[in-house]
Amino acid sequence: MTSAPLTGAQSGLLSCETCGLLAQPADAAEPGHCPRCGAALEWRRPHSIQTTWALVVAAAICYIPANLLPVLGTTSLGATEYDTIMGGVVFLYTSGSWPLALIVLVASVMVPLGKLVAIGYLLITVQRGSIRSNRERTRLYRMVELIGRWSMLDVFVDTFTVALVQLQPLMSVQPGAGVLFFAAVVVLTMIAASTFDPRLIWDAGSEEES
Amino acid sequence: MNDRIETAPETAIHACPDCDLLQVLPELAPGDKAQCARCGRTLVARAHDPIDRPLALTLAALLALIVANTSPLMDLSVVGRHASTTILGGAYEMWLEGQEATALVVAFCAAIAPAAYVLSLLAVLLAARRPPGPWWIGEMLRVTHAMEPWSMVEVMMLGILVALVKIAELADVAPGIGMYAVGVLMLLLPAIQGSLDPEEIWTRLQWVAGENAAPPSPPVERAP
Repeated sequence: MTSAPLTGAQSGLLSCETCGLLAQPADAAEPGHCPRCGAALEWRRPHSIQTTWALVVAAAICYIPANLLPVLGTTSLGATEYDTIMGGVVFLYTSGSWPLALIVLVASVMVPLGKLVAIGYLLITVQRGSIRSNRERTRLYRMVELIGRWSMLDVFVDTFTVALVQLQPLMSVQPGAGVLFFAAVVVLTMIAASTFDPRLIWDAGSEEES
Repeated sequence: MNDRIETAPETAIHACPDCDLLQVLPELAPGDKAQCARCGRTLVARAHDPIDRPLALTLAALLALIVANTSPLMDLSVVGRHASTTILGGAYEMWLEGQEATALVVAFCAAIAPAAYVLSLLAVLLAARRPPGPWWIGEMLRVTHAMEPWSMVEVMMLGILVALVKIAELADVAPGIGMYAVGVLMLLLPAIQGSLDPEEIWTRLQWVAGENAAPPSPPVERAP
């Protein structure tokens, strides 16, 4: 090896998070704004760890009522039946469309849980200053960013079911309280993914080298 | 502002957005991609036809967006009664049922964010055809980037299909024109993203700090 890899931060260079322009701010403590696009320049996303933890904890709390409370209530001839997310999966499975049941199960139950675990794992390893499997952890982060949106699936399913099945007094469908918590989990984890700064994964190693 | 901040020549050096590694990129031909040597993130993807092709696709997406938002997604009929719903009609029904927050999230992800994405990109691409585009076009491009993760057309498409299967157990449902338009939009949006070259667009815009093109900046100093 000729020389250790050099990062922007080590050389006093800062890349704009919006347009990617590499700039050398005169005052490192107050980088100011990007001359090309006008976005605020930041060495790392501000308070990344604390903000992301707060969002992950909030999302984990919402995850419980999201799964326990009903998401849909079906009123048919005066009797109302309530369904949770898992109930919806079972309904799809018993009605013969197991591929859709699997998709909903993955998107609504496993992806949100996986996201919470993944972001938590990234936060803990960054806080412990881990320098192992950086590449894999960065890839995990990119995956979390990519698949997070798919959890919104059940919110859309519930919305369009509610909107279409309004045949009072014959049959009607109402949204349950679980939908709100479910949407909250998705929104909170998506914001958490955007407040986490993947460059922190690599910062631990470069500090030891220099 | 320019006297306070020195910048690298626009294409030479890149800092990876995911791991901050500095690297000098070679001259790239259209169609080439450059990945970060350390973490594998795509740094630059040069497009073949960076302005006109995404512009054509964006115009098509605008038409699909209008149809998707004005036509019924699906129709339901049971014992002589009919019902249909649109995208915003779905959100409005949630609002009426007392789920105001959920209604706002749905309206944002299904209608507002895709519309903001398509419209802001249209403005950016039209302005970038005759460089230098005015500086506020950069603001528009920032809106485009911000809306991208929240525009969930493909998730909505799958949601409509699942709802269709679920309701088919209870009543007769048929897909409407709006659903096909959502399907077209679902194909167009990734095509736009694949043909887009933000790097190229940024070089065609006027700098916020006042300069028309990149100011002649001295080569970046190497750290000791």
